[in-house]
This record gives sequence, C-alpha cells and structure tokens, in this order.
Amino acid sequence: MFKQRVIVIYSFTAIVGITFLIRLFIIQVVDDKYKTEADTRSIASIVEYPYRGLIYDRNDQILVYNEPAYDLMVIKSQAKGIDTTAFCDILSITREEYMQKISKAHQVKPSLFFEMLSNEEFANIQDQLINYPGYFVAPRTVRKYPFQSMANVLGYLAEISKRQLQNDTTDYYSQGDYVGINGVESEYEKALRGKRGVRHKKVNNRGLITGAFGEGLLDTLSVPGDNIKLTIDIELQQYAEKLFEGKVGSLVAIEPATGEILAMVSSPSYDPNLFSGRNFSDNFSMINGDSLKPLFNRPLRAGYPPGSMFKTIQSLIALQEGVVTPEERIYSDKSLIGDLAPIGYYDMELAIQKSSNNYFYKVFRRVIDNRATNNSFVDSRVGLKKWTESVKKFGLGVKLDIDISGASPGIVPDVARYDRLYGKSRWKYSNIASVSIGQGEVTVTPLQMANLGALLANRGYFFSPHIIKSIGEKNEIPEKYLIKNDVGIDLVHYEPVIEGMSRVIKLGSGRRANIADIDICGKTSTVQNGTGQDHSGFMGFGPRESPKIAIAAYVENAGQGGRAAASISSLVMEKYIRGSITRPWLEEYVYKNDFN
Amino acid sequence: MRKSDGTYQYDWITITVYYALVFIGWISIYAATYTEGESYSIFSLDINSGRQLLWIITSIFIVLAVLLIDFRFYETISYILYIAVIVALLLVLIFAREVDGAKSWLEIGPAKIQPSEFAKFAAGLALARYMSTAGSKDLSKTKNQLINIAIIGLPALLILLQGDAGSALVFVALIIVLYREGLSPIPLYIGLYLAVLFITSLLVKNIILVIVLSTIALVLIGLSIRKVRQLLLVIVVFVMSLGFIFSVDFIMKDVLKPHQRQRVLALVDPSVDPSGKGVSYQTTNSKITIGSGGLAGKGFLQGSLTQGDFVPAQSTDFIFSTIGEEYGWIGSLILVGLFITLFFRLIQLAERQKSTFARVYGYVVFTVLFFHFTLNIAMTIGLFPVIGIPLPFLSYGGSSLWSFTILLFIFLKLDAHRMQILQR
Repeated sequence: MFKQRVIVIYSFTAIVGITFLIRLFIIQVVDDKYKTEADTRSIASIVEYPYRGLIYDRNDQILVYNEPAYDLMVIKSQAKGIDTTAFCDILSITREEYMQKISKAHQVKPSLFFEMLSNEEFANIQDQLINYPGYFVAPRTVRKYPFQSMANVLGYLAEISKRQLQNDTTDYYSQGDYVGINGVESEYEKALRGKRGVRHKKVNNRGLITGAFGEGLLDTLSVPGDNIKLTIDIELQQYAEKLFEGKVGSLVAIEPATGEILAMVSSPSYDPNLFSGRNFSDNFSMINGDSLKPLFNRPLRAGYPPGSMFKTIQSLIALQEGVVTPEERIYSDKSLIGDLAPIGYYDMELAIQKSSNNYFYKVFRRVIDNRATNNSFVDSRVGLKKWTESVKKFGLGVKLDIDISGASPGIVPDVARYDRLYGKSRWKYSNIASVSIGQGEVTVTPLQMANLGALLANRGYFFSPHIIKSIGEKNEIPEKYLIKNDVGIDLVHYEPVIEGMSRVIKLGSGRRANIADIDICGKTSTVQNGTGQDHSGFMGFGPRESPKIAIAAYVENAGQGGRAAASISSLVMEKYIRGSITRPWLEEYVYKNDFN
Repeated sequence: MRKSDGTYQYDWITITVYYALVFIGWISIYAATYTEGESYSIFSLDINSGRQLLWIITSIFIVLAVLLIDFRFYETISYILYIAVIVALLLVLIFAREVDGAKSWLEIGPAKIQPSEFAKFAAGLALARYMSTAGSKDLSKTKNQLINIAIIGLPALLILLQGDAGSALVFVALIIVLYREGLSPIPLYIGLYLAVLFITSLLVKNIILVIVLSTIALVLIGLSIRKVRQLLLVIVVFVMSLGFIFSVDFIMKDVLKPHQRQRVLALVDPSVDPSGKGVSYQTTNSKITIGSGGLAGKGFLQGSLTQGDFVPAQSTDFIFSTIGEEYGWIGSLILVGLFITLFFRLIQLAERQKSTFARVYGYVVFTVLFFHFTLNIAMTIGLFPVIGIPLPFLSYGGSSLWSFTILLFIFLKLDAHRMQILQR
C-alpha cells in the first residue's frame, strides 16, 4: 500500500541533505565573507609601539629622549567595591573627575583611566594599587627635553587629529596615535617613529584575549625609530636664548660652508616639556593665548623690513649691473631721503660703513631707471623686473628650503605688485625708492638674512639652511642640502662690500660688535616699522677670512641696530668662534638692558 | 531474527552510525567547551564533555535494558506510557519554573527531566499502536484521521503551551507518517502552500502579493470557466489565501512571542538587526563560525570562534557550528552523510517490517530524527529561525540523548523480532 510514497520520502530526505551540503559549500568554501568576518571578530591585532628616535645636537649632546611614563588602566567590571575617596586622594583628583573617568571605561576591556603618570607619581601609588582591584599600569613613554630649549625648532608630539588621519594616504596611523607636530618632530616623523609591530591575539566574544594566534608567525616586530643628529650647537643655542631673555625677536646662526644652522632662537619661547605629558591641552591653551605669541616661529615666519643690511645686496647688484664702481664717489647732500650719514662724497665702502641712505638712493635709481628711453615709467618696469630676478637669487622673496615647515618667503616687490599698488605703468623710481635702503615694500625673515650673511661669507653662494646633520646610522642628509646655490654675482664684487662691512664693525654703527682679535664683518639695521619703536637688526659673519659663522638677529622695538642686535650677534659669534667670552661688560649690557 | 546461536540479529548499520554520531558529538562538545590554557581533560566531570560521557555510558545500559525487554512489551505499554507522558507534561505546566521563556523541566529531587523529550517516542508508540489496531488503518475515514491527529496534537499542544515551539513543530512533522500510511496528501500540499505564502508575505508587500494572486486566479478562472467544480475550488483557494495573507500580521503580532517574531523577521530581512548583535546574533555568529571552517576545517581544538565563545549554546543546540569550524565542509559532508545514511536505513528498515505497528513506529523514529536534524542544521546555517531543538545524538544533554536512544533502540528491538510477528 502506498509504496510509491516511499520514493517521495526518500527523495525528500535526499533533497534536504543535498540542500544543506550546497548551502554549506557556499558559506564554507565559496564565500570568503565569513572568513573575513571571523578574523575581525576573533583576532585582535595588538600594536607594539616602537621606541621613538632620539634627537642629538651636533656635538652628540642629547636634546630629546624618551622617559617612561605610566598610564593607569582600569577594567571596570573588576574595579568594584573600592574605597573611591581614598583612591581619589592618592591620585589627587576630585570625586567628579573620578566618576567622569570611570563612566568612560569599558566594562571588560582595559581602558585608559589616568594618563601619563610620571615616575615619581607612579612610585607614590604603586604600593597602594594592590588595594584597588581592576586597576593596573601600562608603561609608555613621553618626550623629555633636558635643555628646556628650542621648542620652536623641535616641535612636539600630540595625538593625531582627524584631519591628519584623513590625509594619511599611507594608512599608517590610527586614532589615538601620537604624531610629530611642527619642527623636527614633524619633518623627520618617518625616521623618528620607526615601524610599528603587530601581535595577533585570539579574543573571545567579550574581547578578552585568550591566547596567541597563528603561533606568532603573522606577528611583526616593532623597529625602533632612527636617532637623528641636528646641526644645532646646544651650548651656543642656550647662550643665544639667554641673551634674548626678556626680549622679543629672533636670531639665526649658520655655518656658511655647509648651510648648517648652529642656533635658531625665537623669543619668547616656552619649555618644550610643557607640551609633553598629560597637561598638554592646558599648557597648550595657556601658551597659545600668550600675547607675545611664543608659538610663532619668528626666525622663519616673522617678516621684517631688512633695513640697512639690504644695502649689501643693493651694492652687489649695482656692481654686477655695472652702474657703479666701488671707487666712484657720489655726493650726498641729504636732500633725497632722510639720512644719518653726514653730507659729503661717498665711495661704496664708505657708504656701507656710514650707511648713507642718499648714496643708495642714487645707486638704486641707476639700477631701476637706466634712462634707455625718455619714459621713466617704461624704464622702471624693465629695471625692476631685472632687479627682482637678481634679488630672488639671494633667497629673498622665495621660500628657503629649510627642513622646518612654515618658513615664509617674505616679499620682494615686483612689477605686478607696484601695478597693483599704483596702477599699471603709473609708477616709477620715485615711488619705490625706499626699497633702496631696505624699507618700503620689501620684507624678509631673520632666516633669510642669516642666509645673506652666509652667502656674503662664501662670496657668492649658499647651501640651503638646514637643521639635519645625520639620520640614523647613515651619515647622510637629503641631497638638496648638498647643492650650491649660486647668487649670480661675480666674485670681484664682494671685496668692497665686505670691506665696508668690516669697517661697520671697526668704525661704524656696529662698533659694539667689534671683537679685538677676530675680524668680524656686519651691517646693522635700524628698521622703521609700523609698530612703534624701530626694530634693532644685525646681519654679519666672522671671521672675515675662512668664516665660521654667519648670523642675523632682530630684536623687536629695541631701537638702533648697533645696540641690541649687534651686541647679541657679536657675543654669539665670539662664543662660537672662541668658545668663551672676553667681554663680560657687553654681556651685562645685553642682560640688563631691555632696549625699550 | 534468531540466529543459530540463539541471539537476535540487530541492525549493525544503524548501531554503527548511532555510535559514530554519539562519538562525534562527544568530542565536539569537548571542543566547544575547551578553552586554551585551561587544562580540563575531556573526561573531566567539571565540563560538559565529561558529563556527556556519563550520559553516553548510562545510555548504554538503557540500550541493554531496551533490548532485553520483550519486544511485545512496547506495544502493550504504549497507551499507558502515552498517558503518563501527558500527565508529566501537565505537571510541567503546573509546577515547572520558567527558564529562558520556556517551562520544560520537571525537577524531582536533584534530577531534572524534560518530559517533552520523552513525549516524542511515547506519542510515536501510541500512534503506531492505534494505527495497527484493526479498523483504524483506513486513513481516509474522518474518525481515524481525527484520532490520529489528536494523538499527535495533544502532546504538541501541551509542549507549545510550555513555550517550546521547536519541539511542538516536530510533532506536526508526524503527518509524514500518516502520509506514508495513506493519508491524503492534500493536507501536506496545503501546509506547504501556506508556508510559502507566509514567507512570501513577509518578504513582499501585501498589495503586491494580492495583485499577483489575483492575476493567477483570473487566469485559472478563465481556463476553468466551463468546469463549475474547478471554478469553485479556485475561488475558494483564492479567497482563503487572501484571508491568510492578511492574518500573517495577526500571527506575527499576536500568536508569536516577540522574540520569535524578531527571529522570523531577522531571517527574511537582515535590516531588522543590521549589526548582527541583537536577535540575529546567534545565527550570524553561527554562520560565521561555520563559514570560517573552509574546506578542511581548522582542526580539532583549533576553532578560534568556538574557543572564543562566539556562539551561544554551542555545546547544545549549536553543536554543529563546532563541527563546521573545526572540520570544515568535509566534516560537514561526513556528518550530513552519516545522518542521511541513518535516515535511508531507517526507511528501509521500516519498510521491511511485517507488522503495521513496527512500520508506523519506524516511520515515527525516522520523522522525529529527520525533523530534528533538518530544523537544527537549517537553524545553524541561517535557513530557519532560531528554535531550541537539539541535534540528535550530538547535542549535549542527558534527556535528549536518552530519549533519542530509547526511541531508536525500541525500533531496532522491534526490527530484530520482525519475523516473530504475524502480519496483522
């Protein structure tokens, strides 16, 4: 009876079995989705942060190192029944802070409770921690700066921002990572950070680690970051910073033969240690809010008119153009432009020595307006175009290729600029004459002026100023810092300018900078500006033969260049060349005087 | 069959498959409980595998007992047993505490038993007994149909009232037995049709379904315009279908419990639980666990998701996910193959019985095991909503192992004695 139905039952059973096997084949063999999902759920990748590279100065003095710190972690589900009042006491936090922190913690995964305890703080709570189940410390490191110096050069570390994460095309970073911000920490981030290692761990459904995954074969070891050496001489740097105490301004010292930056002061500054550790955000907003802008990297970013130090460039261009010879004596009756130099005849050396404004007014006119036509509007256009190109070769009006971000190009006025200011072809020499003495539309940065000192010292070329001396084991620096940048002025034209600068120190406005047995060359600037008292500026190098150091300094609102800027520059040069100071009275003069 | 030495010939194919499944179950339970670093042995009574071994050993004694008892005893005792189980089910309803939304355990002192497990073979025996009684064999008679349905329906209803929809569903499956014995297949067709309609109405909007059904109905009416009976049938089916579609909402909201409704919805519509962390957590993780096994699996005790406790109830209802992860598709193939072998053999054995009682009982055994297997595997691979029914012989649990063992071995006992029974 009903035997045919048995066939139906057999078939139905077989169909169910085959359906299952097909479905299983799809999810187990064909579709990879489940394997990927399984891995993301059951394998935790634990990042091992490498040791960040250390930073040394040119004489192997350590500038930045890593200090152990301790993050206090908590596993909330285990942290029950503790004496919160006592606990808050040992951590010196309020009950509200405690509640706020604990409420953010994950139930069973370790969460950060209190960030970056110092060694001492950790020592204080270490013994007592045993009374607080669920709490433990996780070691990490924070950056330490033993010299409390050069914050603007070094930069700092901070948690990576959302924007940086989005721009990270290499996909290296993840949220919560620390990354170098500004300065060397940012520029050499890749070398310093090393390579992260990853360990794979099996985790269970609550995210707790239950063991190693894949016998560690997939794990990678972390590679410590490269140590790097800077061109900075920390002793010189600190001395220069000390001279700048209580003053606003900046100083850059360069080794002319290499373009290596020996010292770079931005004043006022701050202790870089303030940006390292758990009070980062408080300290940052405090320093960021300071009216003197300590975060403003003045040597690279502050634009000042060059003032009289610009006359060196004007001389060289005029000589190269052949519009004047060093010996030609030009009469100055102080009628064309305000002048402190007396009435009389000036050759080039004397004009530089006495900083004759009228001499340079006339010389610059010859450069700009060669009277090829009868139309000085037309001639000035041609002249200025050529002049602008020449000046740019001095590294002005262009960004110097320094390895610290944010350098400003400054301004070298060109035809387009004056067309904007006055209307097309509606300006001539008289409109731009103040540029002849480094005032008017031209602005430069202290770095560019130090570089000017270096190219004068080198008699015609410079290496892009840089801060890196070597990276890691290899004694190599980026190729671009080995390229000689030619300024385009013939060697013969330098001697009269340098002689003039030498006389500035020995006989002229820079006499305070004179060092008895070292032949210094320099030029002071008393920079008129819109902010009140003149800025004091100085640019120079020394010794005159085989120069070791080129320098530029600006002290804001400190009056004559011959006072603050020349004195500081001279002391820094002596310190570097001789290694000691022979003029304590000049140091006193700088320390005691605020030049305001 | 009595052999020359006086013993009876039991079906060794079935027994071999049975012990293979029990063994696979036992080591998989160990794998499901095993955690790296904790050195529990597979025999440790502190973990499920050790306790399962205890159930396995005791079940051997049960097997011996079942085989030693005179084969006629089962037929004799069937109604008494049935009544006893019904009483036990009632007691559960009255006394049992609720665990996970279901009342199914009866606690007698330290022992806990689950009467619904034993109800399966009790109902099976009763059904077989009734259908083998003279005058009850003709299933085209309404009276016989009703009594059979009552025998199945009563325990099913009581179990449904306990909140154990999965086990109740297994009783409904006993219709297959009736089908084999001559019940008109129409109820099966209707059931199938309604199931399809139910799922479709969850997947598509009612209005679309109505339009489609109306179109089909109009075409059929057009074809049968001259034949009045056919015309009437089409119209009746159409109207009832519409009624059913609009009662799906009612079934979802008022008949199913909220968690059941969610589980059904999650199956047809992943957006109910997009993160896979709510109602579909178990299914999602089970699928991922099985899917990650690949072709050959990760190896014994190497299942990373199994060890991470990603699948709840993994040593009981979701034991198959352990096998899928650690032995891959090949392991699944072997397991499914073993079950299908068992089922084919059971049909074969049932068909060779001389008595209706033994044949009907054989089909009951087949149906119960087959439905457990089907629903359980379908549930673990996301083809069926999560309902708590174990995988026969493999899932951890004494009640389940014992009741399946008794169910199976009573049939093997009957089979061994099939020649002694006069055809009735």
